[in-house]
Amino acid sequence: MSTLWIRHARVIDPATRRNAVGDLFIRDGKIVPSLSAAARQSARQIDARGLVACPGLVDIHVHFREPGQTHKETIATGSRAAAAGGFTTVVCMPNTSPVADNAGTIQYIHDATRRDAVVKVLPTGCITVGQKGAALAPFGSLKRAGVVALTDDGDCVQSNELMRRACEYAKMFDLPIMDHCQDASLTQGAVMNEGVVSTRLGLRGWPHAAEDIIVARNVILSEYTGAHLHLQHISSKYAVSILRRAKTRGVRITAEATPHHLAFTEEELGTYDTHFKMNPPLRTASDRRAIIAGLRDGTLDCIATDHAPHTDYEKDKEFDYAPNGILGLETALAVALGVLVRQHKFKLTHVVDLMTRQPARVLGLPAGSLAAGSAADVCLFHPTETWRYDAKSGFSKSSNSPWHGRNLTGRVKLTIVDGRVVFEHGQIVAPAH
Amino acid sequence: MPWTRRHLLTLEELSLAEIEQIHATAAAFKRTLARSVKKVPALRGKTIVNLFLEPSTRTRTAFAMAAMRLSADVISLDGTSSSTTKGETLRDTAQNIQALQADMIVLRHSAAGSPLYLSKILDIPVINAGDGAHEHPTQGLLDTFTMKEHLGRLKGRKVVILGDILFSRVARSNIYALNKLGAAVTLVGPSTLVPHWFTDLGVKVSHDLKSALADAEVVMLLRIQHERQASSHFPSLGEYTSMFGLNKTRASWLNPKAIIMHPGPINRGVEIDSELADGERSVILQQVTNGIAVRMAVLYLCSGGQPENVYAGSDPA
Repeated sequence: MSTLWIRHARVIDPATRRNAVGDLFIRDGKIVPSLSAAARQSARQIDARGLVACPGLVDIHVHFREPGQTHKETIATGSRAAAAGGFTTVVCMPNTSPVADNAGTIQYIHDATRRDAVVKVLPTGCITVGQKGAALAPFGSLKRAGVVALTDDGDCVQSNELMRRACEYAKMFDLPIMDHCQDASLTQGAVMNEGVVSTRLGLRGWPHAAEDIIVARNVILSEYTGAHLHLQHISSKYAVSILRRAKTRGVRITAEATPHHLAFTEEELGTYDTHFKMNPPLRTASDRRAIIAGLRDGTLDCIATDHAPHTDYEKDKEFDYAPNGILGLETALAVALGVLVRQHKFKLTHVVDLMTRQPARVLGLPAGSLAAGSAADVCLFHPTETWRYDAKSGFSKSSNSPWHGRNLTGRVKLTIVDGRVVFEHGQIVAPAH
Repeated sequence: MPWTRRHLLTLEELSLAEIEQIHATAAAFKRTLARSVKKVPALRGKTIVNLFLEPSTRTRTAFAMAAMRLSADVISLDGTSSSTTKGETLRDTAQNIQALQADMIVLRHSAAGSPLYLSKILDIPVINAGDGAHEHPTQGLLDTFTMKEHLGRLKGRKVVILGDILFSRVARSNIYALNKLGAAVTLVGPSTLVPHWFTDLGVKVSHDLKSALADAEVVMLLRIQHERQASSHFPSLGEYTSMFGLNKTRASWLNPKAIIMHPGPINRGVEIDSELADGERSVILQQVTNGIAVRMAVLYLCSGGQPENVYAGSDPA
């Protein structure tokens, strides 16, 4: 194990309330308070002048497509994209092929992670068998296999009875349930937000009411059962207000926002560009403002990317036929800094918090802190460097990003996982495991 | 002003001058259609491919007829005869058609935005013959052309579009054209099929048939598209007819000189009584005939022809 001495960084660690220029010491894969003179002699020194050093970023919503859809992404490529984006811990969704509704598939993901990943990849399991919304998946064996949460991902459980039982049963295992809030009956054939723009474009609309109804349902079931529900990628203003009231009452509910819902609105869809097609869809400027306000006051707990790779030939289709989703890992930090810090005057420490300690807290993960004794997962980034993002030369296997070719400000320089440098000088330099 | 567009994708993007140019060119072609020899040599040697991936009778035949009157060669492909049924993508199908040296593609597709998508891929002109619920520009052009034949200038004229607006590309294209031509457009129908969002396009939305029809000079009926909507949009065809079907009594609320239009196919007894569809105020079949001249104008102009050269019938530059 190498010893690292990161010098003159602006260390931001919301978990320990550290926000000052100083040094960071790493030994045997852990953060240590200091190094002996001898250790300093042999340590690799990293001059981090002008850089921010923060806990490795945590993304609790990614799609790594393995097993079964490895033409889009693999644990190897997805974890490299994560490292390049400053992420050291990611939580992957179970909508693989086959879906992760059993311990065997979870074991496969663990094996692939151990073999191929350069960051920490944590699996989730399905709520229902086959992600079909009809019968509960075996939460007990999934828990023993090591899932960190349960979710049916894009296939929101429609039956209130089944969701109620899932909440009760998951609570016994202390497993959070992550829900993609969408009433399917209101969104048949829908491909974008319902409103003026969908009317003009002649595309089927996805009314925000379909999200709001399930958000309200989940608040009610969380309060009724006492289970922890985490609501994924909130996109609607009304949903934010439901959550705000629920949190005032102390309901055990958490929620996330994606960089794309912070950055864009439905107005981007004027040319039917499928790189702006995602689910939930981009909504109005007023929804976008509400998401930002929700992050500001803590109604929304964290940022998560919903990194959703698709090949160019899958995305390059008529708008109705293209799959939902975009890449997120390699651009998330820069986008969050741009929207939240520069446009909306969030403190830099707040944005770091939303991408480190908060997502870790939501799922109870041992990550997102630079406290002495913590795993040495660190992200070093330049907060104001501008760079051009080329999705085609990125680390993901796919390149479906609306930020392709755009200039972004805020650049990840170095990523450390368990004390090993995995990303540096724009390259993946060493496998973590 | 010379014509510069190669594609016809939407009426939203056309200027008033461009719409009037197409109308003027169509009027000239309409005169040639009255001659005993109806063919003009304008597009001799050109090949036009009608790629119709959604069913169509009128539009497809009218485009084929228009191309033949211009002396172009025409090939028509539909969803079942093309390779899309074998899983070929639209991009690949279209690129193959281009590689076969077609000079133009006329596309009908159920997915909104697909003509724009093709126009970015191909070097040859793309003509939108209807894309999902988005636009049907040649229909909007032929409808406004027909209105002008009967009413003259459309500025200030009261036009009612009645029926299934939500799923209608015809309504959208007509709204854009009529707004530019200065007509006052009111959309009427059940609230589920005429959502308030449409007011943002610069038209009135009404659910009261009587007040909407009062003094209207044009009423355009749209077919209730059973195939596109969920059963929840209205209770039954019978209830639709009882609330919004155009019958003799309701037609009497119109301006006495009003014309009755319908892009077809019509559902007799549902959105319109049979006797009105066949009556003297109906211009439904004139719309169909005008569809040839308007499409000749569009094919001609987008092939590089200029409006002033129509009489010479010269080859496009």
